[in-house]
Amino acid sequence: MELKKISPYCYEIPKSGSMNVPGRIFMSSRMADKLREAEALKQVANVASLPGILKAAMAMPDMHWGYGFPIGGVAAFDWDSGVISPGGVGYDINCGVRLAGTGLEEKEVRPALERLVEALFQNIPSGVGSTGSVKLSAKEEMKVLREGGRWAVRHGFGEGSDVERTEDGGCMDQADPSVISERALARGAKQLGTLGSGNHFLEVGVVDEIFDEAAAHTFGLFHNQVTVMLHSGSRGLGYQVCDDSLAFMAKHVKTLGIQLPDRQLACAMIRSEAGRRYFAAMACAANYAWANRQILLHRARETFQQVLGIGPRDLAMHQVYDICHNIAKREEHTVDGQLRTVCVHRKGATRAFPPGHPAICEAYRQTGQPILIPGDMGTASYVMAGTQTAMDESFGSTCHGAGRVLSRTAAKKRSKGRSIQRELADKGILVKWTGRSTLAEEMPDAYKDIDEVVDAVHGAGLSKKVARLRPICVIKG
Amino acid sequence: MQSHYTLLDHTADLRIRVSGTVPADLFKNAGLALFDLITRPERLKPREVVEVAVTGDDPADLMVNYLRELLYLWTGNEKLVKMIDIVNISDTAVSALVSTDRYQPGHHEILHEIKAVTYHQIEVSRTEEGWQAMVVFDI
Repeated sequence: MELKKISPYCYEIPKSGSMNVPGRIFMSSRMADKLREAEALKQVANVASLPGILKAAMAMPDMHWGYGFPIGGVAAFDWDSGVISPGGVGYDINCGVRLAGTGLEEKEVRPALERLVEALFQNIPSGVGSTGSVKLSAKEEMKVLREGGRWAVRHGFGEGSDVERTEDGGCMDQADPSVISERALARGAKQLGTLGSGNHFLEVGVVDEIFDEAAAHTFGLFHNQVTVMLHSGSRGLGYQVCDDSLAFMAKHVKTLGIQLPDRQLACAMIRSEAGRRYFAAMACAANYAWANRQILLHRARETFQQVLGIGPRDLAMHQVYDICHNIAKREEHTVDGQLRTVCVHRKGATRAFPPGHPAICEAYRQTGQPILIPGDMGTASYVMAGTQTAMDESFGSTCHGAGRVLSRTAAKKRSKGRSIQRELADKGILVKWTGRSTLAEEMPDAYKDIDEVVDAVHGAGLSKKVARLRPICVIKG
Repeated sequence: MQSHYTLLDHTADLRIRVSGTVPADLFKNAGLALFDLITRPERLKPREVVEVAVTGDDPADLMVNYLRELLYLWTGNEKLVKMIDIVNISDTAVSALVSTDRYQPGHHEILHEIKAVTYHQIEVSRTEEGWQAMVVFDI
């Protein structure tokens, strides 16, 4: 597929065939030279053929082959004439990242690190089909789906400032639990407050580099500070919502006369009953995910206090932010000089709103929205801030992580004869995990170089670097 | 069992090619492949028979709907599939008697969390040797 360099950090797939708009991939020239994955480019071109798409089908530097939409994909559709696609959000609806800072420095935690990793592993349910410590009645589950993070805080899992410092205040108000299937509800009732498996994790890190002192200060971050990062989503409830919606839309789309290059792109007009129902169901799953991460943060706070023998005031574990990276949102954007209401799909991409944007909480109005970019478990994670360039170029979006480069099978092969646990321990990183093959499949070699991905979005101006975090302990599902 | 399907490379997910002599054989093997990825079937005992019946617009759609129903036995009801007997099959409908075992933590090992059966690059086709299907599972 032809790739044309249109600026130092942006490459274009020119419009051809059934594409309504071009494809645009944000990456460095070095990454473009290494790009071998034709499938991901084809997926960008496929998305460009959907009705009502505006400007371009986009992909971030952490892009890789997904199903339907590529991972790292961003696509905005006109609210009146465009479509919404469950495959453009993904199965793990509102899979996202939460970061909390503490009042502690590495030297205060290091001596207790082994006990801490054990206790976190005990207290945070992880692994396939893990069930949570919060049992939900049918009535309470409905409230979780409507209220999101606020439900959790109301039930004693955390503080009001946590939800204030969450994207959308931890609640999408379009949620309508009446559209959720019995199957999704049954799965959701058992899993609230669980991490999950695969690439989901809890990571204790240390701030090891600060790029923007003023923004770091505003985010409550300082050098050598101990941080906690969580990566989890809407668990079985979200997977079921996506699956139910896809099954319905695969049939529905045929009635619209839309020719799809891939059945996984099944969609509905946003302004239709089918579109409304999906958006309402997706919002429920998003709210569930925020309640989930809120409970997980609460468990982390409890565990730190218990292991270190300190109170909440000394721990001072404050939420920096919580972002979603698998979502569709109703937003206002300027397209060709005109303000439009659009539906932005971000599948493995993060919102990156600029300073002054009304959707950002008061505390961060001057800095821009905090963006949380986890890397692989052996390298680093980044905190960045949103920019006006992202608003102008990428519908206020940036990357979401390192992005896989090896398939799980290839990673397992690469790890043969090696002890990944030992290699991490040599770097001062303790790791505990549940699934037999998790560690091999999630080994650092399986991911792109996070520094390179972050430098590309920084170079493209889609977000700016604030701080770099180095992991010291990781819990994996 | 392993010989009826092969894992193909996919960066983020699990992609398989499965084969069978006739459509009933293909569907049986595809269902068993799904549970071979989830657990170690040799540790399962056929304790409870469940009836599964689904429809689809065409053989590919039928395959996705059928696998999705089998997956729900696990994700929704904690049942793991040991054996499958395809009772009836056409291009648009399949019914099967599925022998399952209830998941026992500690005894049954879960190898992969399969989130879903996707439509991405789904294919059911006739080959010189019989029938084959390609399926991508989201994990």
